[in-house]
Amino acid sequence: MVNLTTRIGTMTLKNPIMPASGTFSEELADVFDLDCLGAHVTKTITREIRGGNPTPRVCEVQAGMLNSIGIPSKGLEYFKTSILPHYADYETPLVVSISANDADSFARLCADVTLPGVAAIEVNISCPNIEEDGKAFAMRPRTTGEVMTKLRAATDLPLWAKLTPNTGETVEVAQAAEEAGADALVVSNTLLAMAIDVRTRRPKLGNLMGGLSGPSIKPIALRMTYQCAKAVNIPIIGCGGISEVEDVLEFLIAGASAVQVGTATFINPTVMPRLIDGLAAYMHHAGIASIPDLVGSVRDEEAADGVVFMEAAL
Amino acid sequence: MQNVTTLPARNPAPAGRVVEGTARVKSNDIVTGDYRLMVLDAPREMLDCRAGQFFHLLCPVLGGFEPFLRRPMSIYGFDAEAGELRFLYKVTGEGTGALALLRAGDDLNLLGPLGNGFTIREDWRNLLLVARGVGLATLAPLAMAAREAGCNLTAICSARAKNLLMSVEEFRATGAEVIAVTDEDGTSSVEALREVIEGRIAEGGIDAMYTCGSNRILTLLQDIGARHGIPGEIALEQQMACGLGMCHCCVRSFRRGGAIVHERVCREGPVFSIQEAMGW
Ligand SMILES: Cc1cc2nc3c(=O)[nH]c(=O)nc-3n(C[C@H](O)[C@H](O)[C@H](O)COP(=O)(O)OP(=O)(O)OC[C@H]3O[C@@H](n4cnc5c(N)ncnc54)[C@H](O)[C@@H]3O)c2cc1C
Ligand SMILES: Cc1cc2nc3c(=O)[nH]c(=O)nc-3n(C[C@H](O)[C@H](O)[C@H](O)COP(=O)(O)O)c2cc1C
Ligand code: FES
Repeated sequence: MVNLTTRIGTMTLKNPIMPASGTFSEELADVFDLDCLGAHVTKTITREIRGGNPTPRVCEVQAGMLNSIGIPSKGLEYFKTSILPHYADYETPLVVSISANDADSFARLCADVTLPGVAAIEVNISCPNIEEDGKAFAMRPRTTGEVMTKLRAATDLPLWAKLTPNTGETVEVAQAAEEAGADALVVSNTLLAMAIDVRTRRPKLGNLMGGLSGPSIKPIALRMTYQCAKAVNIPIIGCGGISEVEDVLEFLIAGASAVQVGTATFINPTVMPRLIDGLAAYMHHAGIASIPDLVGSVRDEEAADGVVFMEAAL
Repeated sequence: MQNVTTLPARNPAPAGRVVEGTARVKSNDIVTGDYRLMVLDAPREMLDCRAGQFFHLLCPVLGGFEPFLRRPMSIYGFDAEAGELRFLYKVTGEGTGALALLRAGDDLNLLGPLGNGFTIREDWRNLLLVARGVGLATLAPLAMAAREAGCNLTAICSARAKNLLMSVEEFRATGAEVIAVTDEDGTSSVEALREVIEGRIAEGGIDAMYTCGSNRILTLLQDIGARHGIPGEIALEQQMACGLGMCHCCVRSFRRGGAIVHERVCREGPVFSIQEAMGW
């Protein structure tokens, strides 16, 4: 019997597979029993009610998709009265993803979702910060540090910082989040991208640009996971393009303690239970007893130090 | 690498309302022009379907086509006894292009049935549907449902040309009265349709109207419905990713209670009230 449990700070998850924010909701229970997952992660919620972006909100590209869903949100009250109670029936811990457009409202929301039934808070600091011309908090170490300090002060729950790939300062941002008290890093969100219909010359998304997700971003998310794992001492949750057991293994070996699965669920709604099962089968056959035996086991040897901090094309 | 396809044994999934699984292609032939009919041998648990519902198809990567997302497809026909599921589709792009290459014996992964079907209220007797082009695929199963509910159905089938009219015989076989209209005859214009429908209302009355797809027909039926107080339903399309209600990419706008609300076509739909639907 292999042991699939993994620790994210003070939390022990029954396995390292969980959904990525925005690609999961209660509705998936129509397809399989959600209690098999390591954690449940909500769509990012905001305090106010928001409508989201114009359609089309998605388009497909090679080995992936773009989305400009935005963050349509029914608001904090709806979360408390309708979403939260729904997850009370599950044994699997609930992680609530939140965001706001400035650091102080972010912190207030963080305090307000510190509620019974919430096991951890994932802060989507990849969202735009209106105090910095709409640049995402997690694009820069300074703004990351500022917002994370306020968020840390607002809650005693485990705090997961979700990073963005839209930065040239991955390592510095990760370190700033750790220093400000993050309990884990989720690496990472979507990569800003675009697609144009050459026939009509119109951008394929109603919002012109959107986030790239799916297999095409996996090497980038994996690179960031590796860099972060080398640079910080808090657990990393890998995310980006994971759809096969081999992808899960790659992220664990690069240094992730758990992974999130997003776009793959759209293609194959039962992919998460299949990954859990497939991971157990692989470990059994490979004689690997537990997840920590895999985490960070990448054989980078002496090359590591030189390359990790490099953020340039070679 | 392991290829594991079963759910974890310690967490048996309850018989979900929605099934993901494979069906085997029985036939996949051209009906007319770019339209094809796919007949599948489908597992029983997928076949508890309602007219108006859809499946989300994992179109294969085949013959140079590389669809990434699933494609929503209305149920054109289903027969739980025979274990059969049918789709009528128009070959237009990556997904349907790949679908068209499937041959008898090939497997296709599907997710469904999804969404809410059409309603036929118990006190309704005379139903009218207006179908154009591939919208027929969505409305055809309504003919069976109408017969089972003991209702009379008038089906107005519209197409560009006579040879593109589909399913006329199938509709007749269910006892529906078919009115075929075409662009080439000039019988499919909004004015011509209005005359036909108003005529029906004057003769014996219509209790409910159904349509899908066309903006022009929606506007017409909204107007007629409002004027005579006749309820109706429309099946809408919108681009989809998850098909289950998780991603919020498939929203459309509706007028309700003096406000404009957004609803997910995959979850709250694809069937909506004609009066609430907004043109696009
Ligand atoms: C509920 C529902 C039922 C449908 N039923 C049928 C049916 O019975 N027969 C049929 O031929 N088509 C149907 N469609 C449209 C179908 O899903 C395909 O999207 C369309 O046929 C073109 O797909 P493609 O991959 O060939 O084209 P592509 O151009 O490659 O498609 C690109 C993207 O746009 C999306 N897209 C393109 N056209 C539409 C559309 N009209 N509606 C939604 N998304 C679209 C595709 O899904 C894909 O994500 C239905 C759509 C919905 C939402
Ligand atoms: C449709 C869609 C909606 C998303 N919404 C959110 C969101 O609300 N908050 C967030 O932090 N990330 C969101 N994401 C990003 C995912 O959580 C994930 O980080 C990203 O898609 C990369 O993983 P993947 O390749 O497995 O999808 C969304 C992604 C998609 C495709
Ligand atoms: S397609 Fe994802 S919510 Fe409708």
